[in-house]
Amino acid sequence: MADKRAKLRKLTGRDKAVLTAMAGIPALLTTALIWVPALGSIVLSFSKWNGIGGFDQIQWIGGKNYYNITHGYPPFGPAWHHNLIWFAVFVLVPVPLGLYLATQLDKRIAASRIYQNIFFLPVVLSLALVGFMVELIYAPEQGLINNLTGHTKPGNLVDWIGNPHLNLFAVLTLAVWRQTGYVMILWLAGLKAVDPALREAAALDGANEWQTFRRVVLPALRPVTIVVTVITVVETLRAFDIVYVVNRGKNGLELLSTLITDNIVGEAIRVGFGSALASILLVVSVLVIVPYLIVTFRKED
Amino acid sequence: MRILGVRPARLSLHAFLILTSLVWLVPVVWALYTALRPFADTAKHGYVSFGGSYDVKNFTDAWSQADMMHFFLNTFVITVPALVITLFFASMAAFVIARFRWRYNVALLVLFTAGNLLPQQAIITPLFRIYTTIKVPNWMSDSGELYDSTLGLILIHVAFQTGFCVFVMSNYMKTIPGEISEAAVVDGASVFRQYWQLTLPLCRPVLAALATLEFTWIYNDFYWATALISTGDKRPITAALANLQGEFFVNNNLVAAGSLLVAVPTLIVFFALQRHFIAGLTLGSSKG
Repeated sequence: MADKRAKLRKLTGRDKAVLTAMAGIPALLTTALIWVPALGSIVLSFSKWNGIGGFDQIQWIGGKNYYNITHGYPPFGPAWHHNLIWFAVFVLVPVPLGLYLATQLDKRIAASRIYQNIFFLPVVLSLALVGFMVELIYAPEQGLINNLTGHTKPGNLVDWIGNPHLNLFAVLTLAVWRQTGYVMILWLAGLKAVDPALREAAALDGANEWQTFRRVVLPALRPVTIVVTVITVVETLRAFDIVYVVNRGKNGLELLSTLITDNIVGEAIRVGFGSALASILLVVSVLVIVPYLIVTFRKED
Repeated sequence: MRILGVRPARLSLHAFLILTSLVWLVPVVWALYTALRPFADTAKHGYVSFGGSYDVKNFTDAWSQADMMHFFLNTFVITVPALVITLFFASMAAFVIARFRWRYNVALLVLFTAGNLLPQQAIITPLFRIYTTIKVPNWMSDSGELYDSTLGLILIHVAFQTGFCVFVMSNYMKTIPGEISEAAVVDGASVFRQYWQLTLPLCRPVLAALATLEFTWIYNDFYWATALISTGDKRPITAALANLQGEFFVNNNLVAAGSLLVAVPTLIVFFALQRHFIAGLTLGSSKG
């Protein structure tokens, strides 16, 4: 295939300068406000600093923060565990359910647009907003669920938010409610890009619906599958707003993101320690993102 | 066998979709129902009950009690410039990446895309330090720094969101035939004119799709707003909703009304632009 893109050599000096500015200014902003801080987090993770004084107050303590996180920081284990549960639930529910809804809505069925809008509706609500809705649904005496199931009297109250064994799943139910519509729309965008001729060919060969899906549609959805996977991981690691609004990530709702916030804002500021937690989060994300980008961009050049 | 001309398989599919839709609507409908009832009625009859009166008093109370007009204005002063600059920056960078062959294309794509995928918490401490160190003139920020300023919030949204838009837009621009700009080159059009007058008008669908998503994301942001704005008065509406939660007592009816009011602008934008939404969201095509 001939490359449609123009070669730079043909351009005038002025055009080259304009192009450099067009790509360079946005790149500079992203570098300064995203990548420099990301590196900064890693550097600070080897330090002890209260964050208030100047940089000369920083003590360099090597890998001690990492040792303390794994050996002397009780919430770290539960937080990891909760993030893993979050990920497992996001993989097991929104991904297949979103794909199923998308494949059904991609057929020419009546009212497809209305269904799409209903499933997408939660996505336009912020997770912070959903956090406020948690109260309406799960509050012990006033919430919808306990009222419907008759658990509002003292003695048989189910404390969905206060009970550390229940609250993660209570919150996750609403997070899934929101994530499913998001994933569905990504699958739907992918399905629109699948060449209809492929399906017609499969139908002519006598393949049934499931065979066509399994052998033709799913392989063609590979680029979107990768996007969905990455977004699932990223949304898991970023999960924060909903638990923060519910109870600031305490008592069964600890997540890596809330632990970082605990350490860098609040009463006892431990910048180095918080940065070490942040660096762990950073490394996990980069381990997922970079292979994805390599797969995505390699086929282009 | 067909019932009313519809195959049984289609009927059961619709039954499933209707049932799932109803479940999906429960939280929102429940919030709306609760918001329409006075607190006194729900306190007396319980939340799951009918009867008493129904009115919009919770909405008007939430509006005045949380000073919503003020916070809605804050939100728009942040969201609109952030959205416009993000789309402008991203379309320029995507144009360069999609239309020209130069050494740094892949590096640029990685820089932008990966930057958007990092968790916000992973960069907040150094960012906070940068924001308190950089001084800006008072006419740009009344705090005299990027921290605790609308300008600072706009900049981080732009820096963070540009990545996703570059990724989607460069994919989209690669599907536009190259002949169009070749003809322009022959006519001697500058690269900026090729971008502004030839490429951008063809990108309307993807711009509409991204505008919907980005408006939703920037509008709904809670993290940057709480981490980078210390003055409660300057925060956007998502962060200000907490004003409705009393310290000792939660009036759920009021909270429900407030949450629904906050959601209205995102719903309007979504319904206004939804026609373009899926068509413009090119994530990587399997064709050719």
